[in-house]
Amino acid sequence: MNATYDAIVVGGGHNGLVCATFLARGGKRVLVLEAADHVGGAAATREFAPGFRVSACAHLLHLMPPGLVQELGLEKHGLKLAARSLPTVALDEAGAHLSYEPGNLEGLARTSPKDAAALSDWYAFLQRASRALHPVLSATPPRLGTDAWRDRLKLLSIGFGIRRLGRKDMRELLRIGAMPVHDLLEERFESPLLKGALALDAVLGTNLGPRSPGTLVSLLYRAAASQGSEVLSLPEGGLGALSDALARAATSAGVEVRTGAPVARILVREDRVCGVALASGEQVSAATVVSNADPKTTFLALLGAEHLDAGFTRRVTQVRTRGFTAKLHLALDRLPQFSGLAEAALRGRLLVAPSSDYIERAYNHAKYGEFSEQPMLEVTIPTLADPALAPSGKHVMSVIVQYAPYAVKGGWEVQREPFTERILATLGRYAPQLRAAVSATQLLTPPDIEREFRINGGHWHHAELTLDQFMMVRPVPGAAQYQTPVPGLYLCGAGCHPGGGVMGLAGRNAARQVIREAA
Amino acid sequence: MLTETAPHFRQPLLKTPFHERQREYSQLDSYVPWAGYSTFDVFTNVEQEYFSVRNASSLYDLTPMVKYRVSGPDALRFLNRLVTRDMGKLSPGKVAYTVWCDDAGKIIDDGTVFCLAANDYRVCTAERQLDWFEASAIGYDVEIREITEEVAALAVQGPISAKLLRGVGIAGIERLKPFEHGEFSMPRAGGGPTVTLMVSRTGFTGDLGYELWMQPQDAEAVWDALMEFGRTRAVRPIGSKALNMVRIEAGFILPKVDFVSAAHTLYLGTERSPIELGLSWLIDYKKGHFTGRRALLQEVARGPRRQLVGLDIEGTKPAYNALLYTEASGRREAGSVTSAIWSPTCKRNLALAMVDAPFIATGSTLWAEVYLNRELVWERRMVRARVVDRPFFAPARRRTTPPADF
Amino acid sequence: MSTGTANRYDAIVVGAGHNGLVNACYLARAGLKVLVLERNSYIGGAAVSRSLYEGFTYSNCSYVCSLLRTEIIRGLELPSHGLQIIPYEGGVTMMRDGGHLAVYDNHDAMRREIARHSRRDAEAYDRYVRDMLRHCRFIKPLLLREPPDPTSFRPRDLQELLFLGKHFHKLGEERMYDTMRFFTMSCADMLEEYFESEIVKAHLSGSSIIGTALGPRSPGSAYVLLHHYMGSIDGAVGAWGFARGGMGAITQALSKSLQASGGTVRASAPVEQILIRGGRAQGVVLEGGEEVYAPVVVSNLDVKRTFLKTVAPEHLPPEFVEQVRRFKIRGSSGKLNIALDGLPHFPSIPQGSPSTRGDMHITDTLEMVERAYDDWKEGRWSREPYVDMLIPTQIDPTMAPDGKHYMSVFVQYCPYKLADGEWTPEKRQAFGNTVIDAIARHSPDFKKLILHAEIRTPKDIENEVGLTEGNIFQGELTFDQLLFNRPVPGYAQYRAPVRGMYMCGSSTHPGGGVMGAPGANSANAILRDLGRLQ
Repeated sequence: MNATYDAIVVGGGHNGLVCATFLARGGKRVLVLEAADHVGGAAATREFAPGFRVSACAHLLHLMPPGLVQELGLEKHGLKLAARSLPTVALDEAGAHLSYEPGNLEGLARTSPKDAAALSDWYAFLQRASRALHPVLSATPPRLGTDAWRDRLKLLSIGFGIRRLGRKDMRELLRIGAMPVHDLLEERFESPLLKGALALDAVLGTNLGPRSPGTLVSLLYRAAASQGSEVLSLPEGGLGALSDALARAATSAGVEVRTGAPVARILVREDRVCGVALASGEQVSAATVVSNADPKTTFLALLGAEHLDAGFTRRVTQVRTRGFTAKLHLALDRLPQFSGLAEAALRGRLLVAPSSDYIERAYNHAKYGEFSEQPMLEVTIPTLADPALAPSGKHVMSVIVQYAPYAVKGGWEVQREPFTERILATLGRYAPQLRAAVSATQLLTPPDIEREFRINGGHWHHAELTLDQFMMVRPVPGAAQYQTPVPGLYLCGAGCHPGGGVMGLAGRNAARQVIREAA
Repeated sequence: MLTETAPHFRQPLLKTPFHERQREYSQLDSYVPWAGYSTFDVFTNVEQEYFSVRNASSLYDLTPMVKYRVSGPDALRFLNRLVTRDMGKLSPGKVAYTVWCDDAGKIIDDGTVFCLAANDYRVCTAERQLDWFEASAIGYDVEIREITEEVAALAVQGPISAKLLRGVGIAGIERLKPFEHGEFSMPRAGGGPTVTLMVSRTGFTGDLGYELWMQPQDAEAVWDALMEFGRTRAVRPIGSKALNMVRIEAGFILPKVDFVSAAHTLYLGTERSPIELGLSWLIDYKKGHFTGRRALLQEVARGPRRQLVGLDIEGTKPAYNALLYTEASGRREAGSVTSAIWSPTCKRNLALAMVDAPFIATGSTLWAEVYLNRELVWERRMVRARVVDRPFFAPARRRTTPPADF
Repeated sequence: MSTGTANRYDAIVVGAGHNGLVNACYLARAGLKVLVLERNSYIGGAAVSRSLYEGFTYSNCSYVCSLLRTEIIRGLELPSHGLQIIPYEGGVTMMRDGGHLAVYDNHDAMRREIARHSRRDAEAYDRYVRDMLRHCRFIKPLLLREPPDPTSFRPRDLQELLFLGKHFHKLGEERMYDTMRFFTMSCADMLEEYFESEIVKAHLSGSSIIGTALGPRSPGSAYVLLHHYMGSIDGAVGAWGFARGGMGAITQALSKSLQASGGTVRASAPVEQILIRGGRAQGVVLEGGEEVYAPVVVSNLDVKRTFLKTVAPEHLPPEFVEQVRRFKIRGSSGKLNIALDGLPHFPSIPQGSPSTRGDMHITDTLEMVERAYDDWKEGRWSREPYVDMLIPTQIDPTMAPDGKHYMSVFVQYCPYKLADGEWTPEKRQAFGNTVIDAIARHSPDFKKLILHAEIRTPKDIENEVGLTEGNIFQGELTFDQLLFNRPVPGYAQYRAPVRGMYMCGSSTHPGGGVMGAPGANSANAILRDLGRLQ
């Protein structure tokens, strides 16, 4: 069998599936090739202990813009939310936890009215700012310095969008855009717990601490992606269920999805992409290949430097792609008790980040290739809303952990156990009986994530999401508009604008770019 | 082998293995730095040295030329992605002149590639290239090692060069064709083991000539033998000033003079493509991808904006750094001179110049602004400059195999 | 109220730091009657030469010169008023294992020096220097311009925005991206794109943290590094130099230039308040009650000191005051000035090397520099500090008795507020000892040669010079405090929210260092408002 396709999407992660769907809707014959035996990439649900399943990487749905969910018809294709609008609970060792959710700050207002007002102000600002920023994320970034009307128009429209915010908001946006999140929090808030929680949101998935300039951009980014109001949701069946819905959306648009079909090479003939070769040796031809793989894998492993210029290749190697985030999964015999926390509150997102300084100290270790002595944690217990993920009466705890440097000193073979211990000990300070309930653990370090999900460096965002790797320089100049130096080859993964998280905009933007160029 | 006699803060420039011998011939103690070495720019007088190239033979110390050994399973693939010519056509024993470009198709440097064996090469360059070579080696299984200090090199150039080499006992040299190299031996004066050398029929003079590559410890023996035989046959050591004259006659370009490496430019638009330097013949678009290929194809499609051309200029005063105009009135600029000499052999006032596209055709007439110094009274003159074909001087003897004795 | 002319001027500049003096010079040259008022008994602010130990002259705050704009040196005729700047001859970072990396101005010597540590780095260094020069060429034309207000539609702002846009556009596509990345990167990430050798990276990272409450791994620190490279001496970009006679020579020359143009400087004249009536600056009140009048009042003080201490809050919009409070001025640097009985011996540096006649350092890995910053974050001085150490008397014969030497040691990091309470004389001494011990690890005879040591914490610098928290830049050089954000969005054009009142200190664009650009730009703004700009 060697049917020809208009386009092949390499990798069936969420961006690949979104891209394929839009390509197919644009009239293309599309084939998605996924190396694993199920689609979804890092948006996957996996069994990590007999009978216990968990969202293996990302564990919350919060960045995918509501508009995109609707456009894809994901609900029609089976996406069900087990829980929505999860509150955030900033855990306090003494039991004075702080709980809030964007739509409902009443609880916070009772304990710290000043912070509640400040947070409400901040959310309102984010809401306004996201009107200017969301369009930036949902379009191909303009190239600079060209004489193309399209690029100039785009730059102007970004400028106008920001100007439309009005003088006050515009000035604030220009001032804080590149600020350390720590400084903003000091300016606006009082409660260390609240500051810790917001700082966690800003540094999650980065190799930065709250005092690092440029960290605030993550908060703007999260707000902009979710069109102003970030709502935390748990899909029923975990993030893998989202991927299944995406796959159904793709298939119903006419996309052919093949799993267990790892691509070994992207094929080039006469300086044009002509298809792919699978690891099995099979070749599939298509004039367009869109890679959902990270930029290093795409360019260096699948394409090969021989089709690229040396300066471009050097830039690709300089993209910072090493992950600093680990994932711990716990199989629990029973629901753990957190001191001072009602059982109902366990349905929320629990954070161990008692202050911005706590996170900064956790980050200090990462700078020197050590894991955090006292890591910051984002915890969910998905089985409370979705009991089917575990055997009856049992539970799953999913913990995102920072910082866990890719190249830890001593190597992860040696550090895996001590680090797992550190995380359990940290959790134990809030839930003393937790350890006794644990029947199985799984720690995914960045090298595990690299191996498991085929992401070079094991970075959730494929490439560090910092200002110097943002927009028209993401992943590298010359490939920031989804097309690459090799005609016919495109990128659609998290390594491109606007970046990672289960958001899907990179996939949609890439599809639009492919269709525009074909026209 | 580093000939370092003092800490580098006291003596930043190295001396070549020929340095002491050359000093014996230097009447002027006039040195110029070249690629980290102290080299001679003139020994006695420039004209005498110049004529030794065009009339007899000359020795020029090439040791500072930066040399790399490129080897490993991907050496050929690496080179083919690096340079503009097809290195697949270069078989062992052959040498090729080529250039390499950055992503934008602008020249980083030019140099010669010697194929020693399959996937084993020597690359000689004007400036250090490790930074760019390393970037180009990403994704290739290739070893790049700088061997500048391990190899001493001497250019023997001029019509009696073959005779000179035979005269010192290098047998079989006459069979070497242009752009070939081979291993030869030379008997050592006073006995002892013979000296093994690599000789290539290459050069920077446009004349019959060879380049000798040897171990540094053999440098003085080779020099002595050549000078001993050549002393009574008008053979001289030459400095960089004489070399510059003959290379302009031969139409060869020099980095930092005729172009600035794209690796060093600060201003925008000052870097040059091989097309602009008149080196389109070095670009093989069919061999597959190489760095700069896509940009160069775009340039071809767009047409050149400017090009390096040869000029024949009225009068005898070399038009150093002259601005060029379309008319004698000097209203509209059309480029500028990069290299200029009065050619004693051609009896022509020659120049290489970067000229705007409309005026690059052979036969175009431009005006050069030259300044004449009459006993410190300066005069500005507009002189006619005609675009002519290069090379300006190309004797048949440079290619004849076997070469004649003169 | 007095009606005489003795206490009436066209403009009063509060503070005789280098920017105040530059500002006053330009105003005086335009024909204004200018008075500069200085709190201390000596002028110069942080650019001073002081004799605190018999026979020695200390550049006891700022200690090197290169950023001072050539346009200003020429325009104010400072050389004819005695200013001479002499370039460094080298530089060095000493290593804990007895090795070193020297810096030489000869390109070949430098290449061979780096090649001792890494052959690749020796060649990557050329690419690094090229890129730094490219970034400098981009930023330099922006230094002596008033930053535009991007929210404004006034023709002048639009024109300046257009200039900025065009200037950026002129870089061409590739370099625009490089510029974008460079300005947002961390110094460590930036250096890792060029170098593999730790010592090379450690040496070059120094400029990214001087005066800054950031570490080399903090994004934005690459810009700080560039900020220190923007200087030039006689066209040699990035070159550093000594002012002959110490840094006071700069402010003395400025003062003479000012007097030659008819301006007046009064020392020991501390300003207590800026007089504001009817929303207009009218003059100043000195401590003791004396009033001096002028329709233009320019503050060389940092923005916090200016608006939180010398202007009554009722004259200012509350949101402006709030923004001033938010402006980050963090004390992170200390300084030791040491009189030495002879030249200390540094065994790791080869005999006769010129590298001691420039900046000397002892942090040999990026990690060591970063860990020094971690200490600062925890409210303690760095246990193994970064030092920028100079012995100017090897070149400048005027600063110490023959055969004896003056050593200037700039220390990063030293916090303004200690985690364990207030600064005390004991803690100051302990801080000094930490630094001296660190240096002594590289020089066995160093301690024996010390005749006198002045130890200055950020607190001391604040008390003496008046800089808030002792911050040498009058405000962090992070992107939220640069260009149109410096010091406060909407007020980046040297004009205070009070008519007739201006700012000219390093709190304003383009920021700190002995550069003089804020003073000159501010004078430009004042003269434009007065309609006196030629």
